[in-house]
Amino acid sequence: MNDCALAARGLNKSFGSLVVAADVELNLPPGVRYALIGPNGAGKTTLINLMTGMLRPDAGRIFLGDDDITALAPEKRVRLGLVRTFQINSLFPHLTALESVTLAVCERRRVAQVWWRQLTAYRQEMDEAYDILASLTLAPVCHRVTRELAYGQQRLLEIALALATRPKVLLLDEPAAGVPREESKELLAALAGLSRDITVLFIEHDMDLVFRFASRVIVMVGGRVLVEGTPREIASDPRVRAVYLGKARDG
Amino acid sequence: MSTQAIVGPHAALQAQIRWRWSETVFWLATLLPFVLTPNYLVLASQIAIAALFVLSLDLILGFCGIISLGHAAYFGVGAYAAGLASKWGWGEPLSGLLIAAVAAGIFGYLTSFIIVRFRHLALIMITLGIGLVLQEAANSASWLTGGFDGLQGIHTWPIFGKFRFDLYGYTAYGYALAVLFVIFLVARRLMHSPFGLALRGIRENGQRMPAIGAPTHAHIRTIYTIAALIAGIAGALLSQTTETVSLEVLGFQRSADVVVMLILGGTGRLYGGLIGAVVYMVARDQLSGLNPQFWYFWIGLLLIAVVMILPNGILGGLALLARKAGVKP
Repeated sequence: MNDCALAARGLNKSFGSLVVAADVELNLPPGVRYALIGPNGAGKTTLINLMTGMLRPDAGRIFLGDDDITALAPEKRVRLGLVRTFQINSLFPHLTALESVTLAVCERRRVAQVWWRQLTAYRQEMDEAYDILASLTLAPVCHRVTRELAYGQQRLLEIALALATRPKVLLLDEPAAGVPREESKELLAALAGLSRDITVLFIEHDMDLVFRFASRVIVMVGGRVLVEGTPREIASDPRVRAVYLGKARDG
Repeated sequence: MSTQAIVGPHAALQAQIRWRWSETVFWLATLLPFVLTPNYLVLASQIAIAALFVLSLDLILGFCGIISLGHAAYFGVGAYAAGLASKWGWGEPLSGLLIAAVAAGIFGYLTSFIIVRFRHLALIMITLGIGLVLQEAANSASWLTGGFDGLQGIHTWPIFGKFRFDLYGYTAYGYALAVLFVIFLVARRLMHSPFGLALRGIRENGQRMPAIGAPTHAHIRTIYTIAALIAGIAGALLSQTTETVSLEVLGFQRSADVVVMLILGGTGRLYGGLIGAVVYMVARDQLSGLNPQFWYFWIGLLLIAVVMILPNGILGGLALLARKAGVKP
């Protein structure tokens, strides 16, 4: 039995001689806000890829609640509530914002395979999609095609797509990456406004954001978990300063 | 764009899928050959059959991004299925279509398990391979297919026991056009369904789909089966209206032609394929009348010109013109 929302046991993954995950252990209690930090190439995104099934681990197991999901396909994990967003916008360029989110809602409600009824018959799905967009301040642009949206709005749409799947655990890969300061207000509000029922792990380079949103921080270096603790502990940890903060200041 | 945002989500969608006046004009125009060019009804029925075949390719290539160079395989399975049914004593046309649809649909479903695992260049090779394998198999199984000589002894009964297939092609064109229209309506509905939205999602970003919980492979298998089934119906129409089936129904030429027609007309818009079929078939008829050896030269030029000048095909170009003129199509 397992009282974690998401857990990893002894995850290993290498590409040839390059080790990207080495005996990674992860325990996320329900409802927490975890930040995952570490220098470039530390294996942060790889860890998200492993957890969500986009990569197969060489060894180790992954649990979502009590379910062993190690062998499940990515879409099955999403249906169980393990959902991610992407560091570089991975959206549907020629669909409108509303179409994109409606699609995600239809997939969740398992009506996306229906080809004999028109989409207009699915008012509830569309209303739900519209409400999600409205809650993220995207209602005024919901009929615009995605590629015409401002970058910050596209980052919000990433989150909207994830929310449409009703996640239990949300893995955010640098949610605020590249968002200009004048567009970041809505995004930060969206992150702060995530329901407390959702367990969140986010990768972030901006230390202000980490300290603002995370209750705990995991530091990864070279595919290994170096240390885990509260933001305050991490900030004063000499090892972290050595490998990460020091380096970041130099670069 | 900004005025659009004020419209509620439902109204905007409703506006998107409503039946346009240009569509009414298009379908009324398909009746013109009966009065304007009654000597060309045989050609017109060939065009309607080609249009149905292109429509089936548009469902996978235009909506889902699955490129195929072996789509004639399903056309051919349908053609032989309807032809054999008739040869063995059942020449009733509508149930013949059904038999062909089932046969091609089953073959499509089986091959879809291979199709879903590949993209791009690999997919072109695999579909090409399926087409070649099937054609050679049909060639060597001459006890069944008649081999190189073609399938003889097909007799199509009158439609509803009333409308005989005549030499001038009145019945053939009416029949092919009616079937095309009905299946077009089905495809149009599919396009505006939740499933149609999912297909567009796969075309736009197939990698992202699993991350919103979409069973991409199952979706692709479904649409591939539907497309194969429709291609089979098109094949059946050809064997029923011409009362013969030759190996050419499975040929690479047919697979290539259908891709050309779709790209000429414009992918992913349903009508693009229909217009492409009309332009291609009429051009072929006229050009081969001028010089039966040389006509592919002009088809080649036409293809290069369209792709260079109108990257979204003829229909894409028309839509652009209409937008510039401020007309809502």
